[in-house]
Amino acid sequence: MDLNYTAEDLAFRDTVRAFLDANLPKDLQHKVLNHKRLSKEDYVRWHKIVAKQGWVGTGWPVEYGGTGWTAVQRHIWEEECARAGTPAILPFGVNMVAPVIMAYGNEAQKRHYLPRILNCDDWWCQGYSEPGSGSDLASLKTRAERQGDYYIVNGQKTWTTLGQHADMIFCLVRTDPNARKQEGISFLLIDMKTPGITVRPIIMLDEEHEVNEVFFDNVKVPVANLIGEENKGWTYAKYLLGHERTNIAAVGRAKRELQFLKRVANKQQKNGKPLLDDPLFAAKVASLEIEIMALEMTVLRVLSQEGAKRGPGPEASMLKVKGTEVQQWLTELMVEAAGPYAMPFDPAYLEGEHEHSITGDDDAAPLAGYYFNFRKTSIYGGSNEIQKNIISQMILGL
Amino acid sequence: MDFNYTPEQQQFKDALRRFIDKDYTFEHRNKIVHSDKGVSDDAWATLTELGMTALPIPEEQGGFNGSAVDMLVVMQELGRGLVVEPYFATVVGAQFLKLAGGQEALLEQVAGGELKLAAALGEKQARHDLSDVSTTAKANGEGYVINGTKTIVIHGGQADKIIVSARTSGEQRGTNGISLFVVPADAAGVSIRDYRTLDCLRAADISFDNVQVPTSALLGKEGAGWDILDAAADYGATLLCAEAVGAMDALNAATLEYLKTRQQFGVPIGKFQVLQHRMAEMFMQAEQARSMATLAAVKVASADATERRRTVSAAKARVGQAMKYVGQQAVQLHGGMGVTNELPSAHHFKRLTMIELTLGDTDHHLARFAAQPGFKDAA
Ligand SMILES: Cc1cc2nc3c(=O)[nH]c(=O)nc-3n(C[C@H](O)[C@H](O)[C@H](O)COP(=O)(O)OP(=O)(O)OC[C@H]3O[C@@H](n4cnc5c(N)ncnc54)[C@H](O)[C@@H]3O)c2cc1C
Repeated sequence: MDLNYTAEDLAFRDTVRAFLDANLPKDLQHKVLNHKRLSKEDYVRWHKIVAKQGWVGTGWPVEYGGTGWTAVQRHIWEEECARAGTPAILPFGVNMVAPVIMAYGNEAQKRHYLPRILNCDDWWCQGYSEPGSGSDLASLKTRAERQGDYYIVNGQKTWTTLGQHADMIFCLVRTDPNARKQEGISFLLIDMKTPGITVRPIIMLDEEHEVNEVFFDNVKVPVANLIGEENKGWTYAKYLLGHERTNIAAVGRAKRELQFLKRVANKQQKNGKPLLDDPLFAAKVASLEIEIMALEMTVLRVLSQEGAKRGPGPEASMLKVKGTEVQQWLTELMVEAAGPYAMPFDPAYLEGEHEHSITGDDDAAPLAGYYFNFRKTSIYGGSNEIQKNIISQMILGL
Repeated sequence: MDFNYTPEQQQFKDALRRFIDKDYTFEHRNKIVHSDKGVSDDAWATLTELGMTALPIPEEQGGFNGSAVDMLVVMQELGRGLVVEPYFATVVGAQFLKLAGGQEALLEQVAGGELKLAAALGEKQARHDLSDVSTTAKANGEGYVINGTKTIVIHGGQADKIIVSARTSGEQRGTNGISLFVVPADAAGVSIRDYRTLDCLRAADISFDNVQVPTSALLGKEGAGWDILDAAADYGATLLCAEAVGAMDALNAATLEYLKTRQQFGVPIGKFQVLQHRMAEMFMQAEQARSMATLAAVKVASADATERRRTVSAAKARVGQAMKYVGQQAVQLHGGMGVTNELPSAHHFKRLTMIELTLGDTDHHLARFAAQPGFKDAA
């Protein structure tokens, strides 16, 4: 057993670090490291910088413009990005719809969409969930009826992350209302500018506009936008779920946030000493740090078993649950560390309208919002309860 | 033993609930929150009419001489109703005046709803430790000159008068040498930076720049303010425990309703055993919290300060644990709906999170509990 990176891996890490040093704009880095709100332009700008380097499609085969990296290299890339404080490359295009297009799309679809996804020419969003269909996704009701060369789509999607910026949405729609619930579903790509689409904002606990409801009222979608076969959409959706799992636990970010937590806890005074010297608080941070160490080893163990191309496995559920627990625990301790300073709310500061927060404690200012926002992580992408159901059924056979 | 409310307590509770249900709906409350002032004069007038401002004030000053147990009833309703008015700040301020004595005129104004108060106790370096005071008050011929900055003063920007802890002698973190003053919010040299908190209340950072106050502004004796401060803060913590219980009740009721109505996989989600157990735990957490909030309300007026500190810290610590569990689980069981700002539940969760950070968090009170005389005695 050897827990060290190989010489090639280390050389790769140096290359990645050099790239990040030279190319990550300082203003973007500042926003990310300080938990400020990111704009659409921020995401697009970073995506295009990485695209220019050819490093967006980290999980993609080389023939489609991917990097062809090994799982370990992808892990190193993600960890270094997290460490440096880059904006995320949003998953909806690159990691969600692209693998489906590659596996099940036709040539025209591949040629059109894949390069645009790599270059962030289209902003994609995910249209799966509906008001009545969350965990029970297969019960979805949005209808698509074929009329000649078009589908006519009617219904409503919800929780559409960053859909307010989107050019394209990939949707699960019901094309056969009479089939068993998993069997009458199709996978459609829809242009968000099509008449009949309305987007309504949903404001989150931290008062940020992050998710949306999307309404479809007689929306005409060309049949050319159907992926694969009609009524086979559930198969494609399942293929997508958990496809990209190297980063699902976000260990790199957890390690960075741990440093941030320690910084806050070192600056905050308790009885005239740094809070981190307080045995009660130190013990909590230590437990969390140990949990992150365990998580990192678990991620690496899962990665090392991943062959060249294997479908999603139930291990992804474990990484999701433990990863989100760590993230939520981090945000919880950050608020605790900030103490009363976590209370003031200063959206103008978070949006970058002024340099310093209203109370002058810039580290503390975003933390309560961050904590509230991160309650989402145990809910989205299949709630942690659902992930545990998967583990107990698929791994434990219960 | 009698855990029931008296007829008077029940009346207060009913009147308050009627007002909140009718005139302080969630929509209305949101309008108030997003108004410039962040509080409502009309709501304050009604709270006064209902006798809420008079409730904790002695009869001689036109009040009802209500105990902390009476206040338990009121605070639970305010917690349930997500009331953002400066009531808590004012009654805690009044408690300082009561404990100090000799403040009859001001107490009368509080009873009549004419005077709003806030207690400026926290400082940047102090975290939850109220004896860590670097603000100074220096005696001069005319009284005292106050200098320093107080932070995160709940409803500091809405108060007419502010109770300030300042050091007249002693070490920065010592309990000796702390004095308390009543300072008009518009006194020369007082500057107030008012802001919203994420639970939609208001707080302020207040700085005192050579603020001259007369000797009559001193509460109690010079340098001997700590006992009053400690007791008044315990009173405040007790009220917060009660408010938290009200908020937890509301969260549990909403979550239970959601479990019964939200359908997934063809059944109400409350049919999933893992959620049933979670809901059962939330219920038990709230009951344990209610017990401790009640105990604190009974003991907070205790003549024995050790007994008072022990129970109040036990309550705040235990309620703190319950708040976190109930708040987080309520969000989780609501699924996506739980993380939106649209449900009252979201705001109950946020309020609970902020209560944890007010007047000492769970760790602070665990440590204070363990530091009381007798804790180390073996049985
Ligand atoms: C911030 C955010 C962003 C999102 N982004 C997107 C997006 O971009 N596109 C998209 O399509 N969707 C998105 N979602 C939707 C997300 O996938 C759903 O919220 C999630 O699947 C849960 O569904 P629900 O909200 O309807 O909760 P419900 O399914 O109603 O669940 C409510 C509660 O019941 C529990 N529960 C349900 N079934 C079971 C069971 N069988 N056993 C035990 N417990 C159960 C859940 O775990 C949860 O605690 C997003 C959600 C959030 C919060």
